[in-house]
Amino acid sequence: MTKLWDFHGGIHPPENKQQSTSRPIRNAGIPELLVLPLQQHIGQPAETCVTVGDRVLKGQRIADVRDGLGVPVHAPTSGTVESIARLPVPHPSGMDDWCITLRPDGKDEWIDRQPITDYRQQDRQNILAVIRNAGIAGLGGAGFPTDIKLRPPKDRKVSTLILNGAECEPYITADDMTMRERATEILDGLKVMAWILRPERCVIAIEDNKPEALAAMQTAAAGTQTEVVAIPTKYPSGGEKQLVQILTGLEVPHGGIPADIGVMCQNVGTAVAVGRAIFRGEPLISRVVTITGEAVTGPGNFDTLLGTPVDYLLTAAGLQPDRLDRLVLGGPMMGYTLPSPDVPVVKTSNCIIAASVSELPAPPPEQPCIRCGMCADACPMELLPQQLLWHSRAGEFEKAEHLNLFDCIECGACSYVCPSSIPLVQYYRFAKGEIRIQRAEQLKSDRARERFEARQARLEREQEEKEARRKERARAAAEAQAQARKKAEAVETPAQAGEADADRAAKAALVQQALARKKAKAAQDSVAPVEPAGPARPAAEAPDIEALEKQLEQARGKLDTMQSMLDDARAAGADNVEKLERAVAKNHDRVQRAGQALEEARKALQAAD
Amino acid sequence: MWTSILIAIAVLLALAVIFGGLLGFAAERFRVEGNPLVDQIDALLPQTQCGQCGYPGCRPYAESIALGGAINKCPPGGEATIKALADLLDVDPEPLDAEHGVEQARRVAVIREDECIGCTKCIQACPVDAILGAAKHMHTVIESECTGCDLCVEPCPVDCIDMVTIEPDIRSWTWNPPAPHIIATDRQEAHA
Repeated sequence: MTKLWDFHGGIHPPENKQQSTSRPIRNAGIPELLVLPLQQHIGQPAETCVTVGDRVLKGQRIADVRDGLGVPVHAPTSGTVESIARLPVPHPSGMDDWCITLRPDGKDEWIDRQPITDYRQQDRQNILAVIRNAGIAGLGGAGFPTDIKLRPPKDRKVSTLILNGAECEPYITADDMTMRERATEILDGLKVMAWILRPERCVIAIEDNKPEALAAMQTAAAGTQTEVVAIPTKYPSGGEKQLVQILTGLEVPHGGIPADIGVMCQNVGTAVAVGRAIFRGEPLISRVVTITGEAVTGPGNFDTLLGTPVDYLLTAAGLQPDRLDRLVLGGPMMGYTLPSPDVPVVKTSNCIIAASVSELPAPPPEQPCIRCGMCADACPMELLPQQLLWHSRAGEFEKAEHLNLFDCIECGACSYVCPSSIPLVQYYRFAKGEIRIQRAEQLKSDRARERFEARQARLEREQEEKEARRKERARAAAEAQAQARKKAEAVETPAQAGEADADRAAKAALVQQALARKKAKAAQDSVAPVEPAGPARPAAEAPDIEALEKQLEQARGKLDTMQSMLDDARAAGADNVEKLERAVAKNHDRVQRAGQALEEARKALQAAD
Repeated sequence: MWTSILIAIAVLLALAVIFGGLLGFAAERFRVEGNPLVDQIDALLPQTQCGQCGYPGCRPYAESIALGGAINKCPPGGEATIKALADLLDVDPEPLDAEHGVEQARRVAVIREDECIGCTKCIQACPVDAILGAAKHMHTVIESECTGCDLCVEPCPVDCIDMVTIEPDIRSWTWNPPAPHIIATDRQEAHA
């Protein structure tokens, strides 16, 4: 008997699982149109590698992440790429994102598959690459790329591999039905993952409210060293950190991952996908989705192609539109309301609840906190929900962060038990979002400061270098002059005296010339200030004329610059002559406009006088 | 009696010399270069380096604040920055001084690339080196580095730079706070 531990808090909400476990997993079939979002999981969005109109085969890669965290997307069936556009995706914001739309041709024609039967003969890195190229991301909910997860930090040895079949959230039965019907496939995937990680212990954890799944897994695992463990039913025992605690008694450190304490959790659905990728050469193109709720007549689980629209699935499950009040994606504890059923199923969609009004009623209005402490009792992470609420509400995010807000797993147990019906988790999600924005902005402003300072330093350096060069030149010139003088003195003879006189005379003439030039310039300058003095008088009376004049002057300046640039370009025969001509024309217009405006303003002023 | 008075004075004098020396040593040994308050203030400013406050960059503005200047001259930072500064300096927050501009959504400069003539004027104006290009070659803005300061718009001789407001997208989206309190009867009306 495996020793089990308990975790703090937790709740026992009504399970509501029997509705969707009475029927076997059905095949949802091929809908008329498949919509495949380019980002279906944590990490970077994928880039398309097909174009509109391309014919693609089932299992063909249609988008991939070139660099960064992510996995490729594959065509779930054969057909043609109809569009690449922004379409609604399943996301709590209800916003659009880039999607590839595929129109199936009904032939369901596979691409050439390359199954690996002797994976033990291969390099582990190769097998990890196969898993990545099969587009596998965790099917439990968060959707972390599986191949990355299967590469724990080098200094951490994974000694316990846990397959998570707890499925603690009400309504969801996708993993339950997968375990009942695909136990051998799960074991196949587990074998591959165990071979990659070489753990000392493999555990399949299943809540004791799923006796059929337990029996099926025990049968499949008979004769292997894998332990199949029944854990007590309590929400959220399926949370990664909670499950690790139940099975090992160890707590995942703050800000860490289970691999830090030598444990790794994988979802049972992910194990199936890994098994298929290796033994059948099939990428992740379908998943099991639970369709349940009082508004459907035939609730159950569907083997669904990724990209299948939610309303297609609802129709398949017998939706009664008049009973439907709210569509929830995910479970009732951690899921979110879908604004419309026009969104596709993605790698992380495990359950769709078509709820009637009485089933998931709108939450009662929020009342003041009475400090009863039930939330703290229920919190599986042993946080202080009341304090977090105060700080989140007051916008004191730093204090909330100090109380380990980021350890909150958003399980919703606190909101569930709150007698004042305070939506605590919503406040925490809001606070987390604000903190992330603030951090991002801080990062950005720090970078801007760094760049600004680097630029200032560069400009200063350039200035100094220029100055140094100038001094160098001056020094060199002075030296040259001194040397020349010395030479002249050394070889000075009476015969050359006349020449020197001539030199002196020439120099004097030059000086005279320079003086004359200077005088002329001074005369010009003394005239110049008179010119602006004319318009300056009305400008003093009407500041708008001053502004207009400035504008005109600026426009003229720009025009001159452009004109000279154009001339240069013409002379050099550069290829941007056309652009420059356009720019000059534009500036002409601007000068004219500014001139007109000034003229009008002057007239108006005169009329006023 | 005189001796005790003299002893007391001597002891006090000795103590004064010892502590004076200690304090003097500490002042030298643990001296802080520059004004640390300026760094703290500078850290709160948005670092757009836009000069809308009337100072040539964020740090000079921080220095002026440290000397007791107004804290409401930064439009890019807006109310949030004013509040943070007020918290730090323990003064009352004031509304943004409209003379220096109004608070706007985050913006980024975009060059209409087929109109750019490659004059490098915007490159020289950019305080954070966020514009890339060379003489007579097209320029472009590195969007992730642009602070939206506006300084490149004026020097452009062909007016090919636009300031574009950054629209929130699915990746920058975050949860809204829960709706304010309503009472049960209100909600029923709202539903009906």
